[in-house]
Amino acid sequence: MSRQPPRPPRAIFRLAAIGLVIAILATAFAYVSGWLDPGWLTPDSLIDTLEADTGIHAGYRRNHAKGICVTGEFESNGQAAALSRASVFDPGRRVPVIGRLAIPGPDPNASDAMPPVRSFALLFRLPDNEQWRTAMNAMPVFSVSTPEAFREQLEASQPDPQTGKPDPDKLAAFFQAHPETKPFLAWAKTARRSSSYANIGYNSLNAFRFIDDDGNTHFVRWGVEPEAPFSPMTEAQKQDPDFLSQELRQRLADGPQRWHLIITVAEPGDPTDDATLAWPAERRRIDAGIVTVDSAQSQVDGPCRDINYDPLILPDGIEGSDDPILSARSAAYSESFNRRTREQAEAPNRHQEPQS
Amino acid sequence: MNERHASRHGQDFSIPARLLHWAMAVMIIAMLFIGAGMVATVSERHALLISIHKPLGIAILLLAIVRLGVRWRYPTPELPRHLPAWQRLAARLSHWLLYALMLAMPLIGWAMVSAAGYPVTLAPGITLPPLVPTSVTLYAALRFAHTWLALTLFALILLHLAAALYHAWMLRDDVFASMTSGTRRRGPGSE
Ligand code: HEM
Ligand code: HEM
Ligand code: HEM
Repeated sequence: MSRQPPRPPRAIFRLAAIGLVIAILATAFAYVSGWLDPGWLTPDSLIDTLEADTGIHAGYRRNHAKGICVTGEFESNGQAAALSRASVFDPGRRVPVIGRLAIPGPDPNASDAMPPVRSFALLFRLPDNEQWRTAMNAMPVFSVSTPEAFREQLEASQPDPQTGKPDPDKLAAFFQAHPETKPFLAWAKTARRSSSYANIGYNSLNAFRFIDDDGNTHFVRWGVEPEAPFSPMTEAQKQDPDFLSQELRQRLADGPQRWHLIITVAEPGDPTDDATLAWPAERRRIDAGIVTVDSAQSQVDGPCRDINYDPLILPDGIEGSDDPILSARSAAYSESFNRRTREQAEAPNRHQEPQS
Repeated sequence: MNERHASRHGQDFSIPARLLHWAMAVMIIAMLFIGAGMVATVSERHALLISIHKPLGIAILLLAIVRLGVRWRYPTPELPRHLPAWQRLAARLSHWLLYALMLAMPLIGWAMVSAAGYPVTLAPGITLPPLVPTSVTLYAALRFAHTWLALTLFALILLHLAAALYHAWMLRDDVFASMTSGTRRRGPGSE
């Protein structure tokens, strides 16, 4: 109270102590923000790596950039209700869905004939402001099990400025260094490209937890299986860079397309943190209901444009697993969404690049 | 006792104000670190931190409203009169700015998540209604504001902390004690 202010030189030390406290806090903040170590794998640096492929395509997703919006509904048959208390699985529950069918890769002008994979993302709009979002790929396993390896794969597949194609030596070196890619490579060797978005199945690949009414946890993966029979991409289709969206519109003109939502239930010991490993084929599969798609819209102004299919946006009754890819996807999709919505806001009427 | 100290004699922040100040100081500083950390990592910390960030932010919003009520209900001590006028003005302005930001940050967070079309999930099964309709234009603006106002808030807190320590360690007046143990119990000169 009636103490006198300190005299120099003690004042110097006291001032320095104040400065030190502030400097420590500021440095800690810079540290957690990743500003002190440029090598940190951040959502930013992952998205930069994706952009390095074919440059920035303003307004577009930084991966799976080319696609088409679809809408329809999901009707639950109640079979999954014993495993998850999520309202989407109530018997007879019907909820609207907004989906997106796409091909992987950061280039919105890519040819549909190129990639072996197609993708299907779905947003189920549930009662009480809840949502279930999922982004699935048409493949049985993912190539890598960690975000670090994913970035290495992206870097190894970047087009060589000279040839415009990935450097085969770099790719070979990457796969050599990552034996976890073997199941994926084995599949990729024999995979047949489909003639349609509507005649293949899509998988969540990452595992999730279903929580039932009693609070018990069941590890699951899910996917959708088409009613339409598979047929391979034709020679004529290979010449048409936009055949997938055109074929889909034709199909939908003839009638709605259906997929069954299949839940695969893990047994103790099945890997739940590694999307490169398939579960044994005899695992219990539950047909939970039907996804019906009845119309398609351009992704330039359709309802899927402004949706981030973040795989961790889940309703009560579904939770993420311990798979490290899930958190990385959530973080990276958000950064991709931040960039493309900012571009969208800056130039809402930008005439986007050619579109399907 | 001399006049310098009389101005502050017996004037402390009320106990509820002090409790709220320190509880919220910890929460708000934690929020800034959680926010900055979660957008800078792709590890499992990202999902964990974001699941803390949203409910903690809404808790700060509720406490900030209670705190304004407490401030209105109980008297607030004046700063010592010997301080230069500009310092007292700076203190007053910065305190109001801190109040404004502790309300604005969670409101912007809630509105931003709503504008993105995300459900505003605080915990499994606990979802707030959207504060604004879905709009990417709005989202882009709010997302920008959330980052830059957070940095402003952090800078202001550093200044605030430096000023508080300056009072405690250099000027050694009652300002710091008025927010901690209180000035009344301090030394013979105060009674
Ligand atoms: C660390 C690994 C991964 C990274 C960094 C990553 C990155 C991305 C990014 C940045 C987008 C664009 C998001 C947007 O702007 O909305 C995207 C879309 C997508 N990703 Fe991934 N991804 C990863 C793993 C996976 C896996 C394992 C799957 C398989 C299920 C997957 C399936 C999809 C699908 C289907 C889309 C398109 C969603 C849509 O149509 O909007 N991704 N990915
Ligand atoms: C980090 C350590 C902190 C210290 C040492 C500290 C210290 C103090 C002190 C000594 C006062 C009293 C000033 C006076 O007599 O007028 C005060 C007031 C105040 N502090 Fe802090 N503070 C800290 C953090 C924070 C944080 C994080 C916030 C909020 C963002 C905050 C918001 C306020 C506000 C709004 C007042 C003014 C109260 C009023 O006049 O109603 N403080 N602080
Ligand atoms: C006192 C309140 C709050 C503070 C101090 C705060 C602070 C922060 C900070 C520092 C960031 C990182 C920004 C960046 O570096 O770009 C952030 C991000 C974020 N905040 Fe908050 N926040 C608050 C409240 C909220 C609330 C209430 C919500 C939602 C209900 C929220 C949702 C978010 C989200 C979703 C992100 C990350 C968005 C992304 O992935 O791009 N925040 N916040």
